Amino acid sequence: MSYLLGFVHFWYEFIVGDDWTVAIGVVLALIATAILVRFEVPAWWFMPVAVAFLLFGSLWRVTRQSH
Amino acid sequence: MTTTALFLVLAAFLASAVEMVEALTIVLAMGVTRGWRSALIGVAVAFAALAAIVGLAGPLLLLIPIAILRVVVGGLLLIFGLQWLRKAILRASGFKALRDEAALYQQELAESRHAATEIRAGMDWYAFTLCFKGVFLEGLEVAFIVLTFGSSHGSISLAAFGALVAFVLVAIVGVLVHAPLSRVPENAMKFAVGVMLTTFGIFWGAEGVGVAWPGETISLLGVLVFVVALSFGLVAVLRGQHQVPAPAVEA
Repeated sequence: MSYLLGFVHFWYEFIVGDDWTVAIGVVLALIATAILVRFEVPAWWFMPVAVAFLLFGSLWRVTRQSH
Repeated sequence: MTTTALFLVLAAFLASAVEMVEALTIVLAMGVTRGWRSALIGVAVAFAALAAIVGLAGPLLLLIPIAILRVVVGGLLLIFGLQWLRKAILRASGFKALRDEAALYQQELAESRHAATEIRAGMDWYAFTLCFKGVFLEGLEVAFIVLTFGSSHGSISLAAFGALVAFVLVAIVGVLVHAPLSRVPENAMKFAVGVMLTTFGIFWGAEGVGVAWPGETISLLGVLVFVVALSFGLVAVLRGQHQVPAPAVEA
């Protein structure tokens, strides 16, 4: 059991890293883009904007903590 | 070679080069203090494990339909790329310490000189395990990039080629210099890899969920320019907030 937990923890740290909100944000942004596409809205702009917000938010949290 | 293929090789090359420079610091310290035999066996076993991962997972990934592959891989590349980019921006703006290979090398030397010797399977187990872990863990990030990037582009071998060239180059320079490669601009390289992974993550992720990019592949350059401008803008903003640079010790 502890081996399995260690394995899961390793891959979580490896892919998600120290800011899980970015991972959740990326998944939500992809879902939102898919919904926009389904309603035939031109959605090519959505992912870049979402990434800008996610990156800004993640950096803002780190810099706020260090202040 | 198309622009996408060029980016694919370049991203794999840069990611592999920067990770191999980090692994070289550990291997050199172990080789110098504990002997080269166990250290090099550790390196060889780590490479065999990485090659097995790429060799087994690669063909399986290529069986997945491209639309599903691109949304999954695009999402993973984006999450992974944003990690690289975020750390590179924090380092470039002074919020995170830059890696100092020379200082890390001295630290590894000191630690390995004081570590007890345990012989297992005819090897110095400390040197073997440290070299194996160092190369395997650094190389795993490269394997992930090779697999995700390569499978989305339909050419894992091209990505593996870029990574292999970097490995050979770092190994040759390491043998010639026989010292940690502290002059390599590691953060600039990580910044470039982060930008490329994020760009392709956005492009393939969106394409995978059905987005029609204006101008198709040419949009990739637009996304790249956007990610570069965003990253440099964030570095400039953060530098303004943080005038005192962080001490250059470890990542």
